[in-house]
Amino acid sequence: MVPLWMYLFVAAALFCIGAYGVFARRNAVAILMGIELMLNAVNINLVAFWRYQTPFVMSGQVFAAFVFVVAAAEAAVGLAIIISIYRNRRSVIVEDVDLLKW
Amino acid sequence: MQLPSLSELNLGLTVPALSLALWACILLVIDLFIPRDRKSVTAWLAAGGVVFAFIANLLVYRDPGVAFMGLFVADEFAGFLNIVVLLTAFIAILMSVDYLKRTGIERGEYYVLLLMTTSGIMFMNSANDLAVVFIALELLSIPLYVLAAFRAPEERSEEAGLKYFILGAFASAFFVFGAALIYGATGSSSLPVIVDAVGRALAGEGSSLLLLLMGSGLILAGLGFKVAVVPFHMWTPDVYEGAPTPVTAFMSVGAKVGGFAALLRILLVALPALTVAEGDAVAGWQTATWVVAALTLILGNIVAISQTNIKRLLAYSSIAHAGYVLMAVAAAGTPGVSDQATRAALIYLMAYMFTNLGAFAVAMAIEKDDGSGTSLDDFKGLGRSRPLLAAIMAVFMLSLTGIPLTAGFVGKWVVFQATIEAGLYTLAVIGVLTSVISAFYYVRVIVNMFLEDGEGDPAAAATPYVQWAIYLTFAGTLVLGIIPSLVTNLSGPVALAVASLVP
Repeated sequence: MVPLWMYLFVAAALFCIGAYGVFARRNAVAILMGIELMLNAVNINLVAFWRYQTPFVMSGQVFAAFVFVVAAAEAAVGLAIIISIYRNRRSVIVEDVDLLKW
Repeated sequence: MQLPSLSELNLGLTVPALSLALWACILLVIDLFIPRDRKSVTAWLAAGGVVFAFIANLLVYRDPGVAFMGLFVADEFAGFLNIVVLLTAFIAILMSVDYLKRTGIERGEYYVLLLMTTSGIMFMNSANDLAVVFIALELLSIPLYVLAAFRAPEERSEEAGLKYFILGAFASAFFVFGAALIYGATGSSSLPVIVDAVGRALAGEGSSLLLLLMGSGLILAGLGFKVAVVPFHMWTPDVYEGAPTPVTAFMSVGAKVGGFAALLRILLVALPALTVAEGDAVAGWQTATWVVAALTLILGNIVAISQTNIKRLLAYSSIAHAGYVLMAVAAAGTPGVSDQATRAALIYLMAYMFTNLGAFAVAMAIEKDDGSGTSLDDFKGLGRSRPLLAAIMAVFMLSLTGIPLTAGFVGKWVVFQATIEAGLYTLAVIGVLTSVISAFYYVRVIVNMFLEDGEGDPAAAATPYVQWAIYLTFAGTLVLGIIPSLVTNLSGPVALAVASLVP
C-alpha cells in the first residue's frame, strides 16, 4: 500500500501550486482556478487521513463532501462577480481593477 | 450503522440559527410577489425574522444543550454572541431601508443575503466541530461577497466584491487545510474530542505535533483574515470603502464576532493544552497571537492617521479594534487567566458593536446618494447644521478612543486588565500607547465637526429609521459606559457565557 506521507506530499504540493497560481496569475478566472486547486488539495488530505487513520468513522469523507459543495458555491458567486466586472470594464485582469487605493 | 432519531438531534436548540436560514429561503420566494416600489415590506419581514430568532435565542439560552450529536452546541457563550449578532443585524436592517431606496439598489435579495450571513455567524458561534466551523464560515462569507458587490454595476462596489471574494476564498482554503491537518493529527474533527487527542499527540512521536502546529497556524491565518488582523488585513480598507455603507457597518461587526467566536472556541476548547515544548505553562499559540495583536495595533492605528475618507478611517480603526480583542485572546493562553480574558473579549466585542455601528450610521447619514460625501472634509460644519447628530458622533469617536463614561472605555479597561494579569506587560504597554495614538485621528473628526467651517452644508440624509439606529447605538454606548456592572458583574450574562466555555 502507498504510505500516507506520499498522499500528504501530493496534497501539500497541490496546495502550494494553487497558492502560487493565486499570487502569480493576473486573470481573475485563473486565480479562481488556483483557489479550487487549494481546496482539492484539502480533499486529498481529508480522504487520505480518513482511509489511513479512522477508516470506520465517516467524518473525514463527509468533511470532504462538504468541501466540494462549498467550492462549487464559491465558484458560482465568484464567477458571477467576475462576469459583472467584465461587462463593465471588458477585462478580467485584476490589475485593471484598481479604483480603491490608499 | 444506527441512525439517530429526530428527538436525539435536539433540533429545538438550533431553532434560533436555523429559523433565520429557513426564513431567508422563504423570504426569497415571498419577495417575488412584493411590487418593486414597496420593497421596504421585505425589510420589515426580515426584521421580523430577526426578532423571532432573538426571542428564540433568549428561550434556548436559558436551557443550554448539545444538538446534532455534538456538532452544534447551544451554550451561554453562543447565546450571548447571538444576541450581539442579532442586534447588529437588526440595526443594519434599520440602516438599510432608506439607504437602499435613495441609492437606487432596492432589491429584496439584499435582506435575504443579510439574514443568510447572520445565520452563518450564529452557526459559527455554536459550531463544535471543525467541519461545522468551516461550513458556517462559508455561510457567513459567501453572502457577504455578494453584499459587498451589491451596488453593481457601480465600479467601486464591484471591485470591493472581487477583492473580498478572492482574498476571502484564499483564506478559507488556508483555514480548511489547517482543519484537515488537525483532523489528521487527532483522528477527529470534533473540538471536545480533539482536546484529549492533543495530549496524546504531545506525548507521542513528533510527527503529529508538527501536524498540529501547522494546522493550528493555518487556522489562525484563515480566521485572522476574517477578523482582519495584520498580516491578513489588506482587503479591509478597500472592501469597506467600496461596499454599500450599511453592508460595511454589518461586516465590520458581524464578521468579527463570528471570527472571534470560532477562534475562541477552537483555541480554548480544542487546543488549550497545545504547547510547543512539553511542560510549558502557557499555550503554544499565545506567542503567535500576541505578536499578531501587537502588529495589528501598531499598523492599524498608525495608518489610520493618514486617512481622509471616513469609511477608510473606520476600516483601519476596525483593524486596530480587532487587535484589542486579539490582545484578550492572547491573554487567554495563560491558564488561570482564560476566564477573565474571555470575558474581556466578549465585553469588548459588545462595546465595539454599539459604537462602531453608530459611527457608521452617522457616516451614512451624511453620505450622498451617489456614494460621495464620505470624506472627512464633509464633516466640517456639521456641529452647526446638525448639532445633535454631531454631538452623538463625537460620543462615538470618544468611545472608540476609550474615554471614560463610554462603552469603549469599559472594553479597553477589561482587556488591559486581563493582559496585565496574564503577564503580557509589553503587549499591554503597546495597547495603551496605540490608544493614545488613536485619539489623534478620532479627535480630528470631532475638530472637523465643531471647529472647522464647512464650505458646503453637510447633507441631511438622516431619515427616521437611520435616526432610530443612531439613537439605539448611542443608548447602548452610554448605558454600557455609565453602568459597566451590567456586563462586568460576576453573575451576569457575560460571566455565564465564559463559564460555559472555560471550565
